[in-house]
Amino acid sequence: MIVLDKVNKYYGDYHALVDITERVDNNEVLVVCGPSGSGKSTLIRTLNRLEEIDAGRIEIDGRDIHAKNADVNALRAGIGFVFQSFNLFPHLTVLENCTLAPVRLKRATKLEARDYAMQLLERVGLAHKADAYPNALSGGQQQRVAIARALAMRPPIMLFDEPTSALDPEMVGEVLQVMRGLAGEGMTMVCVTHEMGFARDVADRIWFMAEGKILEKATPQEFFAHPQHPRAQQFLADRRRD
Amino acid sequence: MLELIDTYWLYFLVGQYPEGPLGGLVLTILLSGAALVLAMPLGLLLGIARVSPYRAISLPVAGLVQVVRAVPLLLVLFWVYFFLPAVTGVKTSQATTMLMVLVVFDSVYLAEIVAAGMRALPKGQLESARSLGLGYGAALRHVVLPQTLRHGLPSIVNQLVSTIKATSLGYIIGLSEVSFIATQINTLVFTRAVEVYLILALTYFILCFGLSRLAFLLERRLQRRVGQAS
Repeated sequence: MIVLDKVNKYYGDYHALVDITERVDNNEVLVVCGPSGSGKSTLIRTLNRLEEIDAGRIEIDGRDIHAKNADVNALRAGIGFVFQSFNLFPHLTVLENCTLAPVRLKRATKLEARDYAMQLLERVGLAHKADAYPNALSGGQQQRVAIARALAMRPPIMLFDEPTSALDPEMVGEVLQVMRGLAGEGMTMVCVTHEMGFARDVADRIWFMAEGKILEKATPQEFFAHPQHPRAQQFLADRRRD
Repeated sequence: MLELIDTYWLYFLVGQYPEGPLGGLVLTILLSGAALVLAMPLGLLLGIARVSPYRAISLPVAGLVQVVRAVPLLLVLFWVYFFLPAVTGVKTSQATTMLMVLVVFDSVYLAEIVAAGMRALPKGQLESARSLGLGYGAALRHVVLPQTLRHGLPSIVNQLVSTIKATSLGYIIGLSEVSFIATQINTLVFTRAVEVYLILALTYFILCFGLSRLAFLLERRLQRRVGQAS
């Protein structure tokens, strides 16, 4: 369970996150959407402390992520993070990308890590690319490997920061399909995404953000049928026109 | 020319050894090699320190880099050889002096190469390594540095080649490296300066060109593994 309590963040004078107080339950799939510059990415990056916060508190399963003495590495090992730009390690093969962290952090022996990574690659449909280098893969394939790499640490929570925004349209589907599969298995997920179809089908709840605030939180049914906030109505109208 | 080589090859190769100190081409190679072996880890550490998020670490290194870069190697050689013994009372040999100066210069230039490479690497590489739970050190060792060093290989080789050539400055403090030996030979035979210095030039060329080719082959092998796009 993720609990945010009066989280505030500034970039200089710019108030990037304003008094965010919310919670994400276990096994919940949360979609965060909103116009660009609304603070969605900043918010999700504070959840594994890729960004520091200036005030407030973020707890994951009761542990204060931003505590001075927090063991950041141990906390992060339990939170999978998928980036917009994939960020695979280009000097390692697909398989090595997936086994590096589990082996180095002594979560598994080399052999166990290999076996599990192969299972995960099988699952994202890329077992046949295990020995390829990331440069030989398409964007959609790279992002699926990135998901497998995050899953290799067996995290109970997965964070997705616009995972399909850097992809060609025809590759979006294959990545979303993997995410749907994870959601179906009860993974706790926070997804920053513009994919409204995914939000409608898969999300348990939606947060709509603008100007560093959560302006609306609703189930997908409510959000798409009867958006309350004028900014949300505008946002959805713009999406429909696309 | 052949007769010249026939007469002086041993002197050219090892100087007065074993009657006197080791010198000549072997000394040049040993000095360059030792300088590189010592400067590589030092340069790596300084480079990492240079991009450290802690100013207490990065600032002193930045200062050192600026100073060393702005002073000629020759001048530092003078200082260390003539001035340092006057202060410390310990006289260092020419070879040790040369080695110390080379290591300082090399490690500073290598540090700049390493630091530039680390800055050029997309931020996402460190971020994704850290988000998997790897610590800063592990992320550097397994993710950042392997890529930095691979991309920096041409610059690093450049530095190594410079090092080989810089050993010739030892001439000025009487270090009997290969250039010094060549002038000695020139004095002995007196009339054949062109040939003597041509042989010297060829020697340096073979050393440096060989090293560049070796690095080029290594680079190509790495590239083929990772795929064309990198």
